[in-house]
Amino acid sequence: MTIEDIQNDIIDEFSMFDDWEERYQYMIDLGKELPLIDDQYKTESNIIKGCQSKVWVHAEMKDDKLEFTADSDAIITKGIIAILIRAFSNQHPKDIIDADTSFIDKIGLKEHLSPTRANGLVSMVKQLKMYAIAYQTQLN
Amino acid sequence: MLNVDDIRKDFPILSRKVNGKPLVYFDNAATSQTPQQVIDAIVDYYSNYNANIHRGVHTISQEATDLYEQSRQKIQAHFNAKHAHEIIFTSGTTHGINLIANGFSSILKKGDDIIVSALEHHSNIVPWQMLCERTGATLKVIPMNDAGELVMSEYETLLSEHTKLVFVNHISNALGTINPIEYIIEKAHQVGAAVLIDGAQACPHLKPDVQALDVDFYVASAHKMCGPTGIGMLYGKEAWLNKLPPYQGGGEMIAEVTFEKTTYADLPHKFEAGTPNIAGGIVFGTAIDYMNTIGLDAIATYEGELLEYATAKLLDIEGLKIYGTSKHKTSVLSFNLDGIHPYDVGSILDKLGIAVRTGHHCAQPIMDYYKIPGTIRASFAFYNTKEEIDALVEGVKKAKMMLS
Repeated sequence: MTIEDIQNDIIDEFSMFDDWEERYQYMIDLGKELPLIDDQYKTESNIIKGCQSKVWVHAEMKDDKLEFTADSDAIITKGIIAILIRAFSNQHPKDIIDADTSFIDKIGLKEHLSPTRANGLVSMVKQLKMYAIAYQTQLN
Repeated sequence: MLNVDDIRKDFPILSRKVNGKPLVYFDNAATSQTPQQVIDAIVDYYSNYNANIHRGVHTISQEATDLYEQSRQKIQAHFNAKHAHEIIFTSGTTHGINLIANGFSSILKKGDDIIVSALEHHSNIVPWQMLCERTGATLKVIPMNDAGELVMSEYETLLSEHTKLVFVNHISNALGTINPIEYIIEKAHQVGAAVLIDGAQACPHLKPDVQALDVDFYVASAHKMCGPTGIGMLYGKEAWLNKLPPYQGGGEMIAEVTFEKTTYADLPHKFEAGTPNIAGGIVFGTAIDYMNTIGLDAIATYEGELLEYATAKLLDIEGLKIYGTSKHKTSVLSFNLDGIHPYDVGSILDKLGIAVRTGHHCAQPIMDYYKIPGTIRASFAFYNTKEEIDALVEGVKKAKMMLS
């Protein structure tokens, strides 16, 4: 599936929720479900420090696709990370570089990706793209 | 007795909705809300008096100058300073602290000590670290205990003839602890050290008397006292202000300029380079009038009731821990739910229209002490109600249910 297809799926799923509570509960459940990163990668160098919550991101190439794993100490942040990873992981670096992130607005989570929120997510999205640029340069 | 229903009518923002819910504003320690009287004064200034001050011979410049200087006198009276020229207008508390730190860079030398408290806001740590780097002086820290109080016996052991400056906040922004500044000032003076008190969190709740305190420097911000942002005040004893060098060069702060030498203006203009925040300075006085009309004693009594009510209600929630449990504190409640990140709770409260602060409150050393990433901080003002506290308690319960 392309990044756009996945994003459209996510938008469809979120459109079924009636209110913010259902939306948040879903994200909290996503956040609880998975350990998103291997403990060995929860290092200082993989950390993105927000004023509020911390985010860890690890990237590695598997075949010609870039795989992301990540985690956070706050569960709502972690839920959003799960959604971002679903959209961007296991994709070609070039597609990640070109991908649009406005689907986050469309699923009603815009406020969490505001720079003033200081939860590390804005930097995380930048970081995903930076990894993609770095690996794309290697492929070239 | 304070009539909260009437008071709330003065604050237009309190009737707005956030995320479809009535706003419950509990982030007063970050900034207070603005009453209509202050908003009107800003409009009045720009509608009728807008002119540059201290220079013009024309009428509106004179009128604006008069209003600005009258406001300085109101601030002088409020803080009971001996002279109006001991009140310096600043852009806020941080500016005042930096002004003093800069002034002391010409006084301090290697071997001197500066004492700071473990309860400080970052803005009260960083300028002194920079000052120590520049001068070779040593920064020493008064430690805190589990209740979030400064340990006075440790403070006494830090004091010596090397101590040149002590700076402590009057009230901790993260925990609400009221520090024993009378004692801190007295002990510092016994070794000949000057004292700077950060009153940013205190002035919304009490009325400091700088002469009774015998404090050398006291700083505050208008935006925490129902005034606008970008304006604050520094009180300094006349002798100290005369001794310190100017902070910034520019217009207004000079007496005479030639290319060989500039003579500085007298106080307070020596520290007020450039065109100031004139509207802000004028309405700072309006905000002080507003708070005095309600009365700081009535405010303190009412906020004490809110604090007691909220503390009891929140502690009923299982797994909720309050940080900062001193008997001497203002209406600030810093807390966490067991095993739940404060960001998550804050996000859910926001959805319910409840504005609290989450995070480390620019006081990371305090969070490190408790080994937590941050807290949820609800801070109450005299326009808040018990019904709003009930909404907070219900919101915290809901957050706990969703996040557990």
